[in-house]
Amino acid sequence: MNTPASRTPYRVETRTRTSSIAGFTAIAVVVLLVVLPAFASRSLIQDLFFILTMLTLAQFWNLLAGYGGLVSVGQQAFVGIGAYALFSTVILWGLDPVPAILLGGLAALVLAVPFGFFAFRLQGAYFAIGTWVLAEVARLVVAQWKAVGGGTGTSLPRSATESIIFTSEIATLFGVRASAARDILAYWLALVLAIVAIGGIYWLLRSKRGLALAAVRDNPQAARSVGVDAQRVKWFVFLVAALGTGLTGALIYMQKARISPDAAFSLNDWTAYVIFIVVIGGIGTIEGPIVGVLVFFALQALLAQYGAWYLMVLGVIGIGVMLLAPRGLWGSFSDRTGIQLFPIRRRLVVGALTPKTPSREE
Amino acid sequence: MNWIDTIVQGVLLGGLYALFASGLSLVFGIMRLVNLAHGDLIVLGAYLILLIVSLLGLSPFVAAMVALPLMFALGYGLQKFVLNRVLGEDILPPLLVTFGISIVVQNALLQGASADTQRLPAGDIGVASLNLGIVNIGVLPLLTFGSAVGVILILNHVFYRTALGRAFRATSDDATTASLMGIRPRAVFAQATGIAMMIVTIAALYLGLRASFDPAVGPARLIYAFEAVIIGGLGSLWGTLAGGVIIGLAQTIGAAINPEWQILAGHVAFLLVLLVKPRGLFPRAFD
Repeated sequence: MNTPASRTPYRVETRTRTSSIAGFTAIAVVVLLVVLPAFASRSLIQDLFFILTMLTLAQFWNLLAGYGGLVSVGQQAFVGIGAYALFSTVILWGLDPVPAILLGGLAALVLAVPFGFFAFRLQGAYFAIGTWVLAEVARLVVAQWKAVGGGTGTSLPRSATESIIFTSEIATLFGVRASAARDILAYWLALVLAIVAIGGIYWLLRSKRGLALAAVRDNPQAARSVGVDAQRVKWFVFLVAALGTGLTGALIYMQKARISPDAAFSLNDWTAYVIFIVVIGGIGTIEGPIVGVLVFFALQALLAQYGAWYLMVLGVIGIGVMLLAPRGLWGSFSDRTGIQLFPIRRRLVVGALTPKTPSREE
Repeated sequence: MNWIDTIVQGVLLGGLYALFASGLSLVFGIMRLVNLAHGDLIVLGAYLILLIVSLLGLSPFVAAMVALPLMFALGYGLQKFVLNRVLGEDILPPLLVTFGISIVVQNALLQGASADTQRLPAGDIGVASLNLGIVNIGVLPLLTFGSAVGVILILNHVFYRTALGRAFRATSDDATTASLMGIRPRAVFAQATGIAMMIVTIAALYLGLRASFDPAVGPARLIYAFEAVIIGGLGSLWGTLAGGVIIGLAQTIGAAINPEWQILAGHVAFLLVLLVKPRGLFPRAFD
């Protein structure tokens, strides 16, 4: 047998057999999710929209904190700016809400430049509160903006929500009302965003840039000594996370169709929940936020009726996980079993010693 | 508009913010821990004082004296049983744990005391003022400022004149070497957080006397405290007082121009200082 592996005795691999199986399962799940609106109820679609958007926010926060070491408590700024960019372009310029989502992401990206300029002057833990202050500034400034309702907020005009592109086609395709068609459209967009986010972050982490990111997180001095520009890597991650968070924020508020500064810049809704999702699921893994968002949704379904108790339980679980299993549910599971669905670790495969390479079996 | 009056009120408000900030500054200085629950612990202190006032019928000042040892114990226990376990090279675990504590405290207060706004009964002192001709100075704001100066004087004395302060400074500089000299860093950390909680209690007293509070006001207090610490420069308690005064001044001047700009003006002042002097006005610590 003259396999390529035996001709080149050493190879660097990131793929494992489990990850190949996980890849095929993921494709199957995605196909299922795409066709789901054909037979799922409207409330299930709305729940899945919520799960997918929270998952996307969690993936970007995880990229920042788990991989970039940048603990931000101010990501609600980008949700709010993305959402307000959508509302203002729809209300003031009469743009269709779907392309306005892209402008939401762009606005968040632009805002991230001055944000980063200030926040990167603060080190470590102070970076966290610094981002929070900046988010507060953004909220207070937007609350002064009378054209989009000032402090009380505003709604998307009916003329805009009723004529969103694709909704009439979706309505005739599935035979549903316009409002349900809007939910399906928002759901598909959330699905696309989540897939692009997970796929993009996975690709990023497996690329050269991802290696630089891990190096900076683990040891900034050592990373610098091999030529990694830590500041550039951090800026890159910060901007990517802002863009993704802004897009998600715009999409969330397109679906809600009603906005106020306190809701769109809410620390609890867009950062606290997201942090708990990532911490409970397992920080620094791509699987973690996926596990975390499912646990979070289950907890919410069980406990949301108890109001303040729900958040207390969430807080206690978060603290408990940090104390007892800091790598979260998925991290602990992965440590014990060695299973990684989205492996990013590079393994050296020595061809001569293992003539039957694992990757040949797929 | 009376500018002198505005400026005097702003400076005195700064005393309150310096009280918010001193505990945060102390804990950060000794163990590099940023407690995201700091603001919520201030609010918890205010509720504790309120509880003692209503249960025992004491004046808020006496009630705060009763609350002091309780809050010390809370801080000591919190550090010993929770925060000490997550302190280390990685800044992520302590941040996330204190963030969790913040959410838990906020919602426990919401559950236990409802979202209604509360106020500590200030009595006559709440409305008393000194007429200095050009300005009227409220006795309570003056007392707040005086307490802030007093707290900083005592803290500086403890830091530079006592064995405990020596242990604090040694642990802050190098915990490993300090432990070789017979200091137990973990016990020192617990004492420091206990003391920080006593300052929190004093801050809570004036918070409750001067304005109404509810379970949700904690995060904003944390932010003001944080801004005061950064403006002053890490490790300098007098700098923290100056930082508090700058935030207080910015807020009262902002509010005098347009009431909606009060909070925003404070944040803008903070960002301006960060822009011009990223390490604060009076930096001492190098980290």
